[in-house]
Amino acid sequence: MQLSLGPLLYFWSFDDIQSFYHSMIEQPLDIIYLGETVCSKRRSLNFEQWLALAQELKQLSPETDIVLSTLSLIEAESELKTLRRYCNNGEFRVEANDMAAVNLLVEQGIPFSTGPTINIYNAQTLSILHKQGLQRWVMPVELSAQTLKEILQDLDALGLSGKIATEVFSYGHMPLALSARCFTARAHNLPKDQCDLKCLDYPDGLQVKSQEDQSLFTLNGIQTLSGLRNDLLHEIPDMQSIGVDIVRLSPRRQQMPEIINAYARRINGINDNSPLYTRDENCNGYWYGEPGMIQNP
Amino acid sequence: MIELVCPAGNFPALKEAVNNGANAVYIGFKDDTNARHFAGLNFNEKNLPKAIDYAHQRGTKVFVAINTYPQPAGWQRWQKAVDLAADLAVDALIMADIGVLDYAAQQHPDLSRHLSVQGSATSYESLRYYQKTFGIKRAVLPRVLSVAQVAQLAQQSPVELEVFGFGSLCIMAEGRCHLSSYVTGESPNTCGACSPAKSVRWEKTAQGLESRLNNVLIDRYQEDENAGYPTLCKGRFNIGKNTFHVLEEPTSLNTIELLPELDKIGIKAIKIEGRQRSPAYTQQVTQVWRQAIDHYYANPTQYTPQTQWSEVLAKVSEGSQTTLGAYSRPWQ
Repeated sequence: MQLSLGPLLYFWSFDDIQSFYHSMIEQPLDIIYLGETVCSKRRSLNFEQWLALAQELKQLSPETDIVLSTLSLIEAESELKTLRRYCNNGEFRVEANDMAAVNLLVEQGIPFSTGPTINIYNAQTLSILHKQGLQRWVMPVELSAQTLKEILQDLDALGLSGKIATEVFSYGHMPLALSARCFTARAHNLPKDQCDLKCLDYPDGLQVKSQEDQSLFTLNGIQTLSGLRNDLLHEIPDMQSIGVDIVRLSPRRQQMPEIINAYARRINGINDNSPLYTRDENCNGYWYGEPGMIQNP
Repeated sequence: MIELVCPAGNFPALKEAVNNGANAVYIGFKDDTNARHFAGLNFNEKNLPKAIDYAHQRGTKVFVAINTYPQPAGWQRWQKAVDLAADLAVDALIMADIGVLDYAAQQHPDLSRHLSVQGSATSYESLRYYQKTFGIKRAVLPRVLSVAQVAQLAQQSPVELEVFGFGSLCIMAEGRCHLSSYVTGESPNTCGACSPAKSVRWEKTAQGLESRLNNVLIDRYQEDENAGYPTLCKGRFNIGKNTFHVLEEPTSLNTIELLPELDKIGIKAIKIEGRQRSPAYTQQVTQVWRQAIDHYYANPTQYTPQTQWSEVLAKVSEGSQTTLGAYSRPWQ
C-alpha cells in the first residue's frame, strides 16, 4: 500500500508553497500531486512554476511519483489553454479532475489517472476509461467501503484485476462541491471578478457553522469542502483487505508530518494507541455508508 | 425554433405540459435511476405507455431521464430502465453515467442519447469526449456558465445544447455536489435525492420556526419570514459572528429576458426544472414560456418580457424571487 499527498486545495503564497513541498519531499510519501485544481485566479505559481517545482522535487527524490493535477471546473477558454499545457507536459503523469482533461489525454493516447471529482461509481465506467488509458482512479468521496468492495469485485469479474490502481481520499477536508460562485468573495461582500484574492487569508479555508455552532462546511473559493476532516487512519486494515492501493492525504498547513507518519506507521502494521495529532474535528461516515459528517469511534 | 422542454412528475403534469405547448416532456421512473427520486412521483411500467401515447399523439416528444450514477448493487436496475424506455419508443434518453451511456449506445444505438446536466460537462472538450465515445446528440449544460461562456462553448460544441431556463436553482455544478450526502447520506448522484424529505424536520421553538435536515439546523424563521424547503445550499449559517445565506438565498432561476440571446447563440432547447412540482406549476410555467417563445419568433427585434409573465413565474418561485444565476457575472 502506498501513501500519497493530494493536490493543495487552498490558496497559499509562493513562498509557503515552496517551503511546504520542500519539507514534504523528505516525508515517507510515494506520490505527490502538484498543481492548481480549484481556481484559475490563483496564480502564486503559474503552470511553468508548478512544472519547475515538479522537476526540482523529482531531482531531490527520484523514486517519488510526481503527478500534475488539473483544474476541476472548466468554464473559460483561457482555462482550456492552461489545461492543454498540463496534459501535454510530456514528462509527468496527469491526474484529470474534469472530463475535458480526460478528453485531451484520450485524444493523444496519454495514460492518465483521475481525481475524486470524476464520477466513477461502477466497474463498467472504470473498464471503459481503462480502455482509453486510465491507470489509477480516486474513488468519489461519498462512496462507502462496501460499494468499493463490490466495484473491485466487478472489476475482477471483467478480467481487470490489478490493472487499475485504486486510491482513497483518506485524510483532510473533503471536496464536496464546485460552483460558478465564489463563496469566500461572497462572505466578504465582493463579486468574484473583484475578489481581492481573499482566499489567501484562509490557508485552511473559511469555517461555516450552523446557528447552533455545529461545524458544517469549509469554504474554499468556488469549492465547498466538508466542515470536518475525513480521517481513515483506523480503517487502513479495512482498506488493505479490500484492495485499496493508495491512501491519499490532503495538505494542511500544520501537523502534516505527524499525520503522514501516523499513516505510514499504520500502513506498516504499527498500531499506535495514542494518536499523535488531533482527531477532535474529524469524521469517517462515508466509509461506513453513513452521512459523511458522522464520526464512528 | 428553440425547443421548450418541460417537466412531468406524473400523468396529470405531463398532460398539462403537452396541452400548454411543450415541444418535449421529460420524465423518470419510480426509482433511484433518476435525479428526482421522490415519494409519489414519476412513472411505472403501467402508466408510462399511456403517457407516451398521449404525448406522441399530440406531437410532443418524450425524453426519459436515467441520470443518476449506478453502484454495483443497482447496476441491473439501470440496464432495465434503459431497455424499458427503448422498448416504449421514447424520443431520447437523458444519461450521465459513463457505464449507462455505453450500455445504451451498445444495446440501442438508434435511440437518441442526451448528456444529462448531472454529467457536468462545462466545456466543448468535455462534450467532445461524450460525443466521440457515446455518440451523444445533445447535452444539457450545468448552471455554472455566464452567457458569454455559453456563447463561446456553443461556437465549438460538437452537439446540440440545452440550457436551463427556469426553476429551482442548483448553485453547484450539477453532478459534482455531495453536500446532501455529507449531511443526510443521500445525494443526487447516488440516490437521485438532494436534501431528502425523510430527513426534514420542522419545529416551533421559542427562537422561531426551525427547519432541520438530519438534525442539522438549516434555518430559523421569525414570524414575518416565509419558510422555505431546507435545501442545504439555501440555509442560513454562521461565518464568525455573521448569520446569513452563506451559499445562496431561496430563489429560482428565470432567464426569460435572455431568450433572444440564447437563440442567437444557437441554443437548441430550453429546459424547465421541476418534475417534483405540481401539475399546476407545469401548466403555468409551460404556458408562460410558450407565450414568450412564440412572442419572440413573431417579432424577434421587438421582444420584451411582459410583466404578467414575471408575475406568474415569481409566484411559483422559491422565496418568490428570481435570478439570472450564473448567466449573469455579478451573481458569481
